[in-house]
Amino acid sequence: MKKNTWVNLGFQVGALILALLITTLILVAVGAPPLKTYASIVSGAFGSKDDVLEVLITWSPLLLTTAGVLVTFAAGLWNIGVEGQMVLGSIFTTWVLRLLQNSQVPPALIIVLGILGGVIGGALWAALAGALKTFGGVNEIFGGLGLNFVATALTIYLVFGPWKRPGVASMSGTQPFPESLWLPTLPKTELSLWALGISVLVIVIVYFLLRGTHLGLRLKAVGKNPKAAFLMGIPTWQYSMFAFLLCGAFVGLSGAIQVVSVYHRLLPNISNGYGFLGLLVAMLINYQALWAAPIAFIFAALNIGGVQLQIIYKLSSSFAGAFQDLLVLMVLIGEGARQRFLGKG
Amino acid sequence: METNTTLIGLAGVLAAAAPVLFAVMGETLNERAGIINLSMNGTILLSAMGGFAVAYTTGSLALGFLAGMLIGALVALIVAFSSITLHQSQVAVGFVLALAGRDLSYTLGAPYMNQPGPVLTSWSIPLLKDIPILGPLFFQQNLMTYISYLAIVVAWLWIFRTRPGLMLRGIGERPAAAYVRGANVNLLRYIYTLIGGALIGLAGPAYTLSVKAGWMGTQTGLDGIGWIALSITIFGGWNPLRAAFGAYLFSLLQWLGLVFQTNLPGIPSQVLQVAPFPLMILTLLLVNIGDAEWVQRSLAAMPAGTRRVAVRLLRAMRASPPASLGVPFESE
Amino acid sequence: MNVELKDIHKTFGAVRANVGINLAIPAGTIQGILGENGAGKSTLMKILSGFIRADRGEIILDGHPVVIRSPADAIRHGVGMLHQDPLDIPPLRVIDNFILGREGGLLPGEKEAGRDFERLAEQFSFSLDREAYVDSLTVGERQQLEILRLIWLGARVLIFDEPTTGISAAQKEKLFAALRLLAEQGKTVLFVSHKLEDVEGLCHRVAVLRQGVLVGEAKPPYTTKQLVEMMFGKTISIGDRNPCGSSDVTLRLQKLAVEDYRLKVQDVTLDVHCGEVIGLAGMEGSGQALFLRATAGLIRAVGGRIELGGHDLTGRNYQIFKKHGVAFLPASRLEEGLIPGLNLTEHFILAEEPEGFFINWEKGRKLAQRRITDFNVRGTPANTVESLSGGNQQRALLALLREPLHLLLLEHPTRGLDIESTIYIWSKLKERCQQGTSILFMSSDLEEILQYSDRVLVFFSGRVTPSLEAATLTTEKLGELIGGSGWTELASGKNA
Repeated sequence: MKKNTWVNLGFQVGALILALLITTLILVAVGAPPLKTYASIVSGAFGSKDDVLEVLITWSPLLLTTAGVLVTFAAGLWNIGVEGQMVLGSIFTTWVLRLLQNSQVPPALIIVLGILGGVIGGALWAALAGALKTFGGVNEIFGGLGLNFVATALTIYLVFGPWKRPGVASMSGTQPFPESLWLPTLPKTELSLWALGISVLVIVIVYFLLRGTHLGLRLKAVGKNPKAAFLMGIPTWQYSMFAFLLCGAFVGLSGAIQVVSVYHRLLPNISNGYGFLGLLVAMLINYQALWAAPIAFIFAALNIGGVQLQIIYKLSSSFAGAFQDLLVLMVLIGEGARQRFLGKG
Repeated sequence: METNTTLIGLAGVLAAAAPVLFAVMGETLNERAGIINLSMNGTILLSAMGGFAVAYTTGSLALGFLAGMLIGALVALIVAFSSITLHQSQVAVGFVLALAGRDLSYTLGAPYMNQPGPVLTSWSIPLLKDIPILGPLFFQQNLMTYISYLAIVVAWLWIFRTRPGLMLRGIGERPAAAYVRGANVNLLRYIYTLIGGALIGLAGPAYTLSVKAGWMGTQTGLDGIGWIALSITIFGGWNPLRAAFGAYLFSLLQWLGLVFQTNLPGIPSQVLQVAPFPLMILTLLLVNIGDAEWVQRSLAAMPAGTRRVAVRLLRAMRASPPASLGVPFESE
Repeated sequence: MNVELKDIHKTFGAVRANVGINLAIPAGTIQGILGENGAGKSTLMKILSGFIRADRGEIILDGHPVVIRSPADAIRHGVGMLHQDPLDIPPLRVIDNFILGREGGLLPGEKEAGRDFERLAEQFSFSLDREAYVDSLTVGERQQLEILRLIWLGARVLIFDEPTTGISAAQKEKLFAALRLLAEQGKTVLFVSHKLEDVEGLCHRVAVLRQGVLVGEAKPPYTTKQLVEMMFGKTISIGDRNPCGSSDVTLRLQKLAVEDYRLKVQDVTLDVHCGEVIGLAGMEGSGQALFLRATAGLIRAVGGRIELGGHDLTGRNYQIFKKHGVAFLPASRLEEGLIPGLNLTEHFILAEEPEGFFINWEKGRKLAQRRITDFNVRGTPANTVESLSGGNQQRALLALLREPLHLLLLEHPTRGLDIESTIYIWSKLKERCQQGTSILFMSSDLEEILQYSDRVLVFFSGRVTPSLEAATLTTEKLGELIGGSGWTELASGKNA
């Protein structure tokens, strides 16, 4: 057993090194000094108090989407539709807020209802992908993909159509909501402890759900061998749908937070790629919820650290993303190589 | 609207469809062999950037296109290797490559942003260009567009009218039967994935060196094209002609979207862009519905005559996706 | 072409599939290959046709030793195999399947191939529409296509694996006529089957395999008794049978009909009493699996009634059956029965009704340990199921069953297990009988059927005998019925 752990670790470290090698080559190719760039990323993420706060702000939505897809992965599903589910969360939240913003309802309650709306929106959109799969046999990858684009189109329609800013419609989104409808933040910062708290709570819930509940165990059974699970008496389609709903709820929550805490309006691309990034994090941590928080944190740090590279080294802001993608790719290939050439560990 | 303007617009539709056509033909080929290349979006962006970079640096358009094809083949090689040899999930690797290709294209493309590069000029085919209506529409295009016409025809002929194409269909549908008939299934899957990848890679420079020349980073307008091409492939039922129809339809809708935008400003053009996706979902729905358990049980409950008819109907619809798509092949 | 198999050995892990097989077949012969499931016939044919390679031994064609590395190699040497489920490509047309695999240029040459096709079809009196799509053909027609294809490719040795399963009587006649013609043309035909009547009526010679060894050869005139004895071995003394039946009816089937795309099982009427054990005998693909799954509610019957303990469960789904005390144990333990990746504790927790929201791991582990000890599973609660041996996996599957059960349906309960595990598992099953559980099980092991059943149903090509008292059956008789002989006598009088 011990030897296996060392071998595994070796492969993972190897993957990291390989990824770093490739990114170094990339940096050289575009004329940016590698070591200084890496140092910049670190200082960009942790250099000042404001930077760390930015990382934390980015951490929340990513943690939520990761938590959500961990549930669908447990059930053996490739929920590519996360981006759309997050967007629908944002749309529903915006809708609720717009509906109630001029009413007598106390602002705090509006925010809560808005968040609830987001949860429902995400869950519904996920349920759609789930129904297509369970009752229509449409693979959730393509169903989810299609629904992602429909969600994007919906956003653009709303932002440029019925919900457009008075005067001129623009890509910067709908009319921002008044501060009373903003999720409270720490004084003089943009970080909302509520958002942070909720996301940490959710990942803890997912951790315990998958590890220590009957529900979680059954989900895993369905994910690993639906035929056997069915013969044991587990209603597989119900558990599949449930996984979609729960994931959609968490991811919708993430979208809701983007509205009430970060952007305070609906805009195109509000999901910011956090859905797909959540899939990457989940793949990287080999679907073990225990590592979700730290790895998501690192990815968030990479994102923030990478922002200023554009200014300093004229490096595209996608560099951080490239590093994240390459890391996961190396780990996947390494995993495959390990299984194939060393036998299953 | 004048006939002339319409013709020009429609000609533009044909030209704009060329990149999508290459990608769709490529993916159709490798899916026919049983491999999904989910990395299309990333590959196209990367090859678009790479092809432009090479053309810009060397001044040669031909090298640019070649570079694009090479990049496409290389990414496809990673997918093939991970899937055929390492038995990893095609979906996982393809998906990560889709993201990686995109991020890499923006990162590596930074030095080439907004640089003026070589552009493929149009070349009207003598004689054919003078045919009324059809002339200006089809034969006053550039080389890539002509090649895209060819690609459709060659793909269709290859799959449906040649001996190796017959084997391709065999491999995709029932690899064991192809194996018995002498096919080296895994080798052929590698080859088709590489060829498909090269075609997907051609789509990139077909855009940045022709349709909308230049590399403009995130403003290039190519992000999402790969996903759209993927869904058109599925809508096309793995048949080049039907897929081409889907590609032209998509291009047409895009153009109509722009047209409507000036005349009916209420509906943004992007809404029409999503049309391929509901179509894809609908296609998948019709194709797969026969497998659902509730359908099987309902079939059993029907009287024998009705059941026979229903089963035939379902099996007829089912003909489309290569049965072995995504499933590794072991000869033992 | 003369075929000689010399000293063929093949082992798969612990299983010795072919042990020193020597067989010489002259050209122009229809050679029958008989044997029960697991006797080694498929392995031998796969070796000859290039699908797998022997560990030791030689293949000699027309006096020349050859090395066959793949099916393509085999056809190049003139050896072709027709599989039980013909390896064709359903979405393509007949002519496409005919052409595919023939080496040639870029163009398929459909016109010329079409002419050859028609010519060959006429020779064998097959009427096949070359434009038809293969998925619309019957099994018999697909076989005919394969025969024509193999002949066209120059096959001089043709292997037929269970060709008469799932084809009509008329098609069988056509097939036999074709085979006789092939033999007349000097080709060598190997006819692998378990159907005694077919083999007796068609083959010039018969070779019988049992447990990997060639136990004997026979020439016409054949005696069924002799063949059955060679296939199944001599009757061994059956140990004490402890019938524990009572008179309450647990399961009542009335004119049950089940079908899938190949097979139709019709008109099964059966009353199963409390604590009774019913054995379902027959070769693979004769309909028992279909029947068993329909009785479990996993697939829906197309006709008839299923009553469990007085409740009409016809047409209901598996979850309802389960609630009424039915359990189904599949033959493929890791594909359908257990969940690779999860350990024993997790399995036992899954099998119980969940108590509360959170899992009590301590309680679960203790439960797992208890069951493991009760059922003598060699493993610990923390072991993943894929790390257990076959015998222990089966014990685990049994241990996972809940109590009480009214009806237990077992698909090959002791397949691939050693004697010790087999005896142990049956002792546990008998315990259940004492508690009132009825058991329906299918098996290809005649001794198992006779030893443990109270009554037996024999399946053959979808037909089912009425239930027969096990005490009145001998291995010989059972073997006969499984091979398709002796059914008419049954119909005309000897019922139970």
